[in-house]
Amino acid sequence: MKSAVVQLPGLNRDRDMIAALTKISGKAPVTIWQTETEIPDVDLIVIPGGFSYGDYLRCGAIAARMPVMQAIREKAEKGVKVIGVCNGFQILLEAGLLPGALMRNASLKFVCREIKLEVVNAETTFTEAYAKGQIIRCPVAHHDGNYFADSETIKAVEGNGQVVFRYAEGTNPNGSINDIAGVINAKGNVLGMMPHPENLIEAAHGGDDGRGLFASALGVIAA
Amino acid sequence: MIKARVTVTLKNGVLDPQGKAIEGALGALGFDGVGQVRQGKVFDLELATDDKAAAEADLKAMCEKLLANTVIENYSISLA
Repeated sequence: MKSAVVQLPGLNRDRDMIAALTKISGKAPVTIWQTETEIPDVDLIVIPGGFSYGDYLRCGAIAARMPVMQAIREKAEKGVKVIGVCNGFQILLEAGLLPGALMRNASLKFVCREIKLEVVNAETTFTEAYAKGQIIRCPVAHHDGNYFADSETIKAVEGNGQVVFRYAEGTNPNGSINDIAGVINAKGNVLGMMPHPENLIEAAHGGDDGRGLFASALGVIAA
Repeated sequence: MIKARVTVTLKNGVLDPQGKAIEGALGALGFDGVGQVRQGKVFDLELATDDKAAAEADLKAMCEKLLANTVIENYSISLA
């Protein structure tokens, strides 16, 4: 499978993401720059973390309205897989590709630590490598990761199995409603999550719990 | 030219950790009796038109498309 990583001014986790995708799939992803309006033919598009456009106005707000996002939206509508991590998640929410919003952390502090994630839905194209209920380790690093949606949206998201990851074992770092850490769209091809699985994929990271996410999305789950 | 002010505020029921912190800080400064504090944003815009109706329509579109995230925020528009 072919993958692509989006590069926007202010995103700074793109290199980590490129390294993770290259190591897991054996092929380097293509990169998509902010001015591009035509996305190459790929199976997976990843929007990495960082501080796109300085997080001005609201986190992800400016990026979500750039032409490149319109091109990504069209690809997503055609069924291409999209993952947004951290700022990438914020961008997908601002673009309306996923339900809800991310608010300032309840503590008002930037959190940079390891948390535990429960795999709530292991039947998505992004989580096949995991088992339902499995607890994995994952790093987080963000200031605005407090997931919020109105009660009707939460009911729908929970009811449809769109909550893919939840902060587990009391490690919710930001006050997210229902401990929600990652959500998927109704169609099942767009995933957004605050934690950084790309930073836990090999022994040098101290673990490889995040590897399964990319292995699932890239169709290279080790037997 | 028309000058306009757009005010963006959080919807009722949306948690506002920054407003809460400000509320606490005001209390710590000795301002008693401060109820709820909610933080918002103000945008002052200059529009190159004299057509108030067109300006209002444009401003509404700007709010819907960019200035407010209508999932969590309300907006109001006033023309000078």
